[in-house]
Amino acid sequence: METQAKNPNFNIVSKKKKSVDLSLGYNPYAKDKRYAVLFLGPSLLILAIFVFYPMLRTIYLSLFLTNNLGKPTVFIGLKNYFSLLSSSSYINSLIATLIYVIAVSIFTIAIGLILAQTATKKIAGINFFRTVFSATMGVSVSVAAIFWLFIFNPSVGLLSQLFTALNLTPINWLTEPGWAMTAVVISTVWMNLGFTFLIFFGALQSVPYTLYEAAQIEGVSKSYQFFHITLPMISPTIFFVSIITLIESFKSFGLIDLMTAGGPNNATNLLVYRIYQDAFLNGNYGLASTESVILAIIIAIFTFIQFKVLEKRVTY
Amino acid sequence: MSIELINISKTYNGSDFILSDISVKIETGEFFAIVGPSGCGKSTLLRMIAGLIPISNGQLKIDGKDVTNLPPQERALTMVFQNYALFPFLNVKDNVAFGLKARKMANSEINTRVNHALELVNLTDFIDRKPGELSGGQRQRVALARAIASDAKICLMDEPLSNLDAQLRNKMRSEIRELQQKLGLTLIYVTHDQVEAMTMADRIMVLNDAQTQQIDSASNIYDTPSNTFVASFFGTPQMNLIPITLKENNQLSAIEISLKFSIIKSLKAGNYLIGVRPNALSIDLESNETNAVVTNIEYLGTHSIVHAQLDNSQEIRIETSSKRNLSVDERISVSVTGSHYVFSEDGQKLLNTNGGYTDGNSSKEPQLQYSI
Repeated sequence: METQAKNPNFNIVSKKKKSVDLSLGYNPYAKDKRYAVLFLGPSLLILAIFVFYPMLRTIYLSLFLTNNLGKPTVFIGLKNYFSLLSSSSYINSLIATLIYVIAVSIFTIAIGLILAQTATKKIAGINFFRTVFSATMGVSVSVAAIFWLFIFNPSVGLLSQLFTALNLTPINWLTEPGWAMTAVVISTVWMNLGFTFLIFFGALQSVPYTLYEAAQIEGVSKSYQFFHITLPMISPTIFFVSIITLIESFKSFGLIDLMTAGGPNNATNLLVYRIYQDAFLNGNYGLASTESVILAIIIAIFTFIQFKVLEKRVTY
Repeated sequence: MSIELINISKTYNGSDFILSDISVKIETGEFFAIVGPSGCGKSTLLRMIAGLIPISNGQLKIDGKDVTNLPPQERALTMVFQNYALFPFLNVKDNVAFGLKARKMANSEINTRVNHALELVNLTDFIDRKPGELSGGQRQRVALARAIASDAKICLMDEPLSNLDAQLRNKMRSEIRELQQKLGLTLIYVTHDQVEAMTMADRIMVLNDAQTQQIDSASNIYDTPSNTFVASFFGTPQMNLIPITLKENNQLSAIEISLKFSIIKSLKAGNYLIGVRPNALSIDLESNETNAVVTNIEYLGTHSIVHAQLDNSQEIRIETSSKRNLSVDERISVSVTGSHYVFSEDGQKLLNTNGGYTDGNSSKEPQLQYSI
């Protein structure tokens, strides 16, 4: 600006231009703003229709009683929230969800990491295993559900046959509350592994090989290398995967619906499945909206804690 | 500690040799450079000495003890890498202490060693910084400090300066050399840069095509290169190689160009390569008998490198400190005024230098003066 001011010609020109602009009745920056609106418009519109409006509408509905068409009828304030938080069945769902989410996250990350670490070994046929390990990325939820239903089937299932062959009593995987949760966790972890494996594998490949060579020369053991080189080097990836897995498993629906439908005895009636039931089976849209808002808050809190705790450990 | 390589070879499939029959004895406290173009196997050789890659054939001895099949940590050596191999999540101090901690050394001992090593490389003000907050030269010094702290008497360096800019490289060159002298390290230094090898090393091994080309001091390699590969690898600008054909009657085939040199009389008829370094050629500005035409001039301050084409269309490079400005397409008179070499036709063997034998029996044989 200073150099411009020093140039007398420039001042004259700019003054002239300004006066012309004013005579036209708009300021020279309006053009920039119009461009901004033009470029941001489409995505804003889509976000507004599919994200912002539903979000606000959900919060709005959570404060009402609704008819079975989803229209708000009576304003009841926070009554939905209070009744939910004092309902023992809702609390049970909440606990079941927490157990499910934590188990899924831990096993997904641990097994994914083990598979990825194995896949970095240079042995014959490793490409075959790499493909197999990442294969669940290409499996749809419905196919996975059917596949696992076959495995868990109490009479003809693979697991039952295995148990019988080993002279053990077959487990009724999907009809006993504790085992149903286990079965759902196993299936979800299996579904998650493909993606997790790929991300971890990529991260492991990007750790410079000379770091391990340097350690080898110093006589550092393999396990020390893993915990003091590999883990810190891929800690940003572990952080990323843990957040994604956590949020995704809070939102699990497909496998639950197809394998247990929330049963037996509500043992796998996770929060999202409950929302589905309340809204679309019971027609209680107000209550379902309230559950959605609570779930959103829970996920936000967990993600926040995760950021705070793990941020300190993700050190570079 | 001395290191002895006895017929060391490396192959991955049993038939194609990446390195074959490498033998050398590196003495205690020696600065030994391994030089060669990229892909010649020099880093592979270094990693075999380190124990990171298994040795296919041959024997490796450290201080007379066979270590061919020992893991790296039992060879009592340390290594500095091209990309520094620092841990980005650890600060300078912890980076240097990494190996010592892993070996469960006492804390007081670790502190003493780390502080001593960081003092030697002038990094005491940076102990709390992460590698990401350091410049390239400082990172390389952290890597040096780590090598020093491990207290091994053998240090292997794999192109440690090639990621640095030219100025810093010059500075680090002398720093590394000083450290090596001060600590009495036996240092094996891999580089593709002939200048680095010549300025730093006591002896140089030149590798090409999986084989040792020459092992000698810098001056011997420069003065008596064993073949045309070594001759053109060392020295900037590159040595000129001019093919000649010597006939039965000790006559050259093309005599019309006057580029005078001498060779011993007993040389048999056949094809040879005459090697002349650019600084052994000179331009006679007074002469009217021109034999070349200037094609390009590189001005370098103290001297210039003149690219010219001899009248038999042979391209040559001449180093001249002449202040007179030459111009492209100007005709000039070039003659050999310094030492020159005669190589066999395939370039594999040095036959004589300056008309004398290469084996030290300086020639008393009559020499012939030739002109191409």
